[in-house]
Amino acid sequence: MDIVQLLHDLTGFYNLSLGMVFMWVVCVVLFYLAVVKEFEPLLLIPITFGAFLANLPCENMWNAPGVDPATGHVVAGGLYYYIMQGIHLELFPPIIFLGVGALTDFGPLIANPRTLLLGGAAQFGVAATYQCAYYFMGFNEGESATIGIIGGADGPTTILLAGKLAPHLLGAVAVAAYSYMALVPMIQPPIMNALTTHAEKRIRMKSLRPVGRAEKLIFAAMSCALTIMLVPPAAPLLGMLFLGNFLRESNVCDRLTKASQNEIINMTTIFLGTSVGATMTAENFLRFDTLKILCMGVVAFGVATAAGVLMAKLMNLTINRSNPINPLIGSAGVSAVPMAARVSQVVGATHDKQNFLLMHAMGPNVAGVIGTAVIAGYFIATLK
Amino acid sequence: MTCPLAGSVFKVVTSVGASVQEGDTLMILEAMKMETPITAPCAGTVKSVDVAQGQTVNEGQVLCTLG
Repeated sequence: MDIVQLLHDLTGFYNLSLGMVFMWVVCVVLFYLAVVKEFEPLLLIPITFGAFLANLPCENMWNAPGVDPATGHVVAGGLYYYIMQGIHLELFPPIIFLGVGALTDFGPLIANPRTLLLGGAAQFGVAATYQCAYYFMGFNEGESATIGIIGGADGPTTILLAGKLAPHLLGAVAVAAYSYMALVPMIQPPIMNALTTHAEKRIRMKSLRPVGRAEKLIFAAMSCALTIMLVPPAAPLLGMLFLGNFLRESNVCDRLTKASQNEIINMTTIFLGTSVGATMTAENFLRFDTLKILCMGVVAFGVATAAGVLMAKLMNLTINRSNPINPLIGSAGVSAVPMAARVSQVVGATHDKQNFLLMHAMGPNVAGVIGTAVIAGYFIATLK
Repeated sequence: MTCPLAGSVFKVVTSVGASVQEGDTLMILEAMKMETPITAPCAGTVKSVDVAQGQTVNEGQVLCTLG
């Protein structure tokens, strides 16, 4: 009897629930996808490990600071209470964007600014999924916006928006966003092939003109000012994105650029991922809504892909008749950088080995990053 | 043959004097963390290879000459 009492008092076994054990199974599946199938492992492993920790009976990892009623002493909070403030205070996603900006070359977009329209068109996937989730799936406005933004294929933006508008969906939308980003090479090609003719797939685009340092710096500063004035709530994301990019393109801040591209983004990724995973407790995640979110995520990706391709076709019929663009780069308007651009290259090369679409697709791809942040800012401004 | 996209030479597959057929891979470029094969646009003999493995290349730079 004493041993049973001791087990009860000192160990966590008695706090285990069936839901926790079921979540371990979910974690095993996610670990398999991340480690064996290499589905966005840099993010899926921290997220899954956070989920695993959240479903172990270890309260002192998460408890908030307080006062011990017996002694009156202040008791410090658990480790992840403090680390998760990075999400609650909306610090991690903008810091990730600093690294994204430092890693991104906006040259292809500057050289071919009409691809901005393709990045914008892909946001139609976000808008359509928002409408669908709100009118047909029973989600409220904030939840619908959070689910729709999955179609933007931008993890940090999705997490930021979820943190603001639907914190209880954070784990589910993050898993959906990162899983589907990893599945971009499988989700996009059938849609791209179905919506384009053989001749369209073989369109060779003119070489991009070189873009100088001054042009890139002016672009970063002006885009920063313009987008923030347009959508002020997106300032944390866009400000850090263009700060990172300005550091990169200045060519005089090598140490800061490299730190942003490596140590800062890597460290933040670990804490962001585990914090997001920590929201995936059994009671939060094992709900019918999670399944609906996973289904809506695919819809969002598919519609965004189709909208980009169709916009490219429309542009070829109207403003681009003399200098057509290959509609396959339209799909890169979803912002998964640079994976969506790689998909454009791979699909194009299967129809013409001498056709190199990669750098052309980077234009809509980076435009998609800006577009998703702008639409997230719009949602925050109108729904919060 | 000129370089179709900026990146670096991941691997040079061909060598001077080699006979190649249309579509044969001559070298592999790496750009945006993606390996992209550069294939022969026509059959011929490799007259020169103008880049080395690991070299950074710009769009329009001569990669090799086919004759």
